[in-house]
Amino acid sequence: MGSHGIKDQVAIIGMGCTPFLEHWEKSLDDLIIDAAHATYESAGVKQEDIDAFWFGTSQSAASGLAMAGPLKIQGKPVTRVENYCATGSEAMRNAAYAVASGAYDVVMALGAEKVKDGGYQGLNAFPIPTDGTQRTLTAAAMFSLILPAYSKKYGVDPKELRYTVAKIAEKNHYNGARNPLAQFRRETSAEQICQMAAVAGELSVFDCAGVADGAAAVIMCRMEDAHKYCDNPLYIKALSFVAGTGAGSLDPDYDYTTLTESKWAADDAYSQAGVTDPKTEIAMAEVHDCFTPTELVLMEDLGFSDPGGAWQDVLDGAFQLDGRLPVNTDGGLKSFGHPVGASGLRMLYEVWLQLRGEAPEDRRIPKTDRKLGLTQNLGGYPGEMVSFVGIYGPELG
Amino acid sequence: MRGIIASGAYIPHRRLDRSEIATLFGKGGGKGTRAVASYDEDTTTMGAEAARNALRDAGDVDVDSLWFSTSTPAYLEKTNAAAIHAALRLAPTVGALDLGGALRSGIGALRTALQGGGTALVVSADIRDGMATSVDESSGGDAAAALVVGDDTAGTVIAEFVAAGIATEEFLERWRVPGAERSRVWEERFGEVTYGPLMKAAFETALANAGVEADQIDFLAVAGMHARAIKRGGKAFGAAADKMVDDLSGTVGNTGTAHPALLLAATLGQAEPGQLIAVVMLADGVEVIILRATDAIADYTSSAPVAAQAAAGAPVSYGKFLSWRGMVAVEPPNRPPPNRPSASAAGRRTDWKFGFVGTRDRSSGMIHMPPARVSQRGGAVDDMKPVEMADTIGTIAAFTIDKLVYSPSPPVVFAVVDFDGGGRAPLELTDVDPDEVEVGGRVEPTFRRLFTSDEIHNYFWKVRPVRTNSAEKEDA
Repeated sequence: MGSHGIKDQVAIIGMGCTPFLEHWEKSLDDLIIDAAHATYESAGVKQEDIDAFWFGTSQSAASGLAMAGPLKIQGKPVTRVENYCATGSEAMRNAAYAVASGAYDVVMALGAEKVKDGGYQGLNAFPIPTDGTQRTLTAAAMFSLILPAYSKKYGVDPKELRYTVAKIAEKNHYNGARNPLAQFRRETSAEQICQMAAVAGELSVFDCAGVADGAAAVIMCRMEDAHKYCDNPLYIKALSFVAGTGAGSLDPDYDYTTLTESKWAADDAYSQAGVTDPKTEIAMAEVHDCFTPTELVLMEDLGFSDPGGAWQDVLDGAFQLDGRLPVNTDGGLKSFGHPVGASGLRMLYEVWLQLRGEAPEDRRIPKTDRKLGLTQNLGGYPGEMVSFVGIYGPELG
Repeated sequence: MRGIIASGAYIPHRRLDRSEIATLFGKGGGKGTRAVASYDEDTTTMGAEAARNALRDAGDVDVDSLWFSTSTPAYLEKTNAAAIHAALRLAPTVGALDLGGALRSGIGALRTALQGGGTALVVSADIRDGMATSVDESSGGDAAAALVVGDDTAGTVIAEFVAAGIATEEFLERWRVPGAERSRVWEERFGEVTYGPLMKAAFETALANAGVEADQIDFLAVAGMHARAIKRGGKAFGAAADKMVDDLSGTVGNTGTAHPALLLAATLGQAEPGQLIAVVMLADGVEVIILRATDAIADYTSSAPVAAQAAAGAPVSYGKFLSWRGMVAVEPPNRPPPNRPSASAAGRRTDWKFGFVGTRDRSSGMIHMPPARVSQRGGAVDDMKPVEMADTIGTIAAFTIDKLVYSPSPPVVFAVVDFDGGGRAPLELTDVDPDEVEVGGRVEPTFRRLFTSDEIHNYFWKVRPVRTNSAEKEDA
């Protein structure tokens, strides 16, 4: 028994991503078609060359038919995947394992979400019949619980901490402003964000991810076949996933200053990839900044900061484009937008661009000898979440 | 000996300053305040809270029936008493009966229990509404009261039933058809002249049945919706007229069906052994009940006295009052309204949903809310026992204010609560202003209606700050 991972067994040979926007003029089918064909082109393959498909969507459709239909995929398996906001990463993870198992030669994972046809702002959970006793808080309110808890535990002045997380939004808007695919391309300052009205705890709407429609996809094959399709593939170093039990809502020991499932997923991923010091081995990371406090504590859970040290690292600019470990160089959920099922693959798309030197110059990470990129994608709430961590690199070994 | 074993009252937290009515409309209102049920309360939830207080003070008494009277039932056809029964975690063998509709049902149920057998929990509650600026709106009040009635073999009787007097008459004075948003009344003078002789007849019958004279009555508690008939009818009570107790109109308001029991509960808090209490209700005739305080009343203390509850509370604006009552529709958050609860899913979880009963893992001791089959600590399977949490105080471990989520009255104030002795649950805070919430604050469970969807009332528990009415205060 053990989590062994599939280091260097599977290669990423093509990726595509639509703009993340309020796509009033595009349907879910349109987004799927746009992302799929961009990805076929990136990998230099035809749809018929792909042996199996994984389709991640949280609430926009049900079953593999929703992908097979618009793309006219004939006689092939299409698996619909749902795992909250980590849906896109989960589709990719399962597709990669299918290649590693030897079952298929070439696979595609595609994530898509059409959130703007619902008629309400924000994301809204699909109604499941219940006894009526479940909490009905917004995700923003659930993640807002982090700030006072973190303040108290580490003795950070609440105003300073509020400013600190606004700096995270400022950074991600700065990066998103340099990303033609991003939903919000305007820079904003931490000072401006701090002056906005609170909507959930201390958080303003500018502490929340953008709500956008979009799709992203990846094509993967066996490592030994990669160069048939691609001169500069990426190799999967680690794929890790943890589903919590909801312990944080039950257990008085949970203190809302950490995302336990994310720490567990990170530890497993580092073990699979052989990473012993993430601070010096990871070149860049895309993390799940659904709300600004999430990115703050993820820096500690991922080992990019010491426990209690992330707020100072943020203020020091450690995670900016020119910082010691750039995070969310594409603008993150905050600025790129968050079409739920697509977000995990959008993160991987940025790693694909950055590690292969294809990111636009004005948001390209500095050259270092570090070769690894990381994506971290979660769904749920502090104390009760699913969390994914993936690590990728352009070189074998 | 048969009589009252314990009493409990519930006066909701919010108070409307009646002067706000005239400020807005240029008329209506008056002096003082009225009690206002919160947006998440109805007669069923208030009845449950009053009954919890009564049972807490009753000590080790087993009731065999629960009667619930209200003129403003949350449901028709469905038995509202059954929800109270579930919130109190009474045994299935305990009967639950609604005696609804008429204002007279409250005192009638009490008299019937006093004259009957067995041990009854007699609960009454009302939410009093009227059109904006109406007398009913300003003079009304929302509250519930509960009395445990039984023989001295069942529990310690604090007030012995002595006698009753009845004068029933059919006449059209106040009425409301089902579904109507307000009550109608005939010309005031007609009620006044009709009630006068009925008060006299019922009171004299009760005195005769009791074998006492009017001047022996120590407390006269008079309730009824016809204020003028009561005010002008003093001579009907003879020498007892100057023993009239405060009718709570200046603070709580007239709570209709619940008012006789509420005034009785208040009076029991003042009575000395041997003193006589007469309770009178004007409603399509007059009912009178005479009780004598026993020696045991000297040792009886209410954990939530009416006087303390009446004096407590916090303001609610007239605008919020009107929106809570549906008199003014305000813009809701632009979020989907909640889904209706599933009857079968709720049916499998009645203990949790209505009784706030979690489970405790026998091996690790960890409390699970909601109930679980597999332990979070150690993973033991199906080795849990029920643990009742409704009377357990908790501490706010974390809280937030959600202005985005749907609520019948935004914003939602929400807390992660760690209960004394173990157990954590994320719960909504109620009867609270956002700026008075703090980490470390003490809270207690309260039975509420979270929302209504598809005409289904979704009952569950919230927490409220520990104030006048708690086990903690009792201990301290």
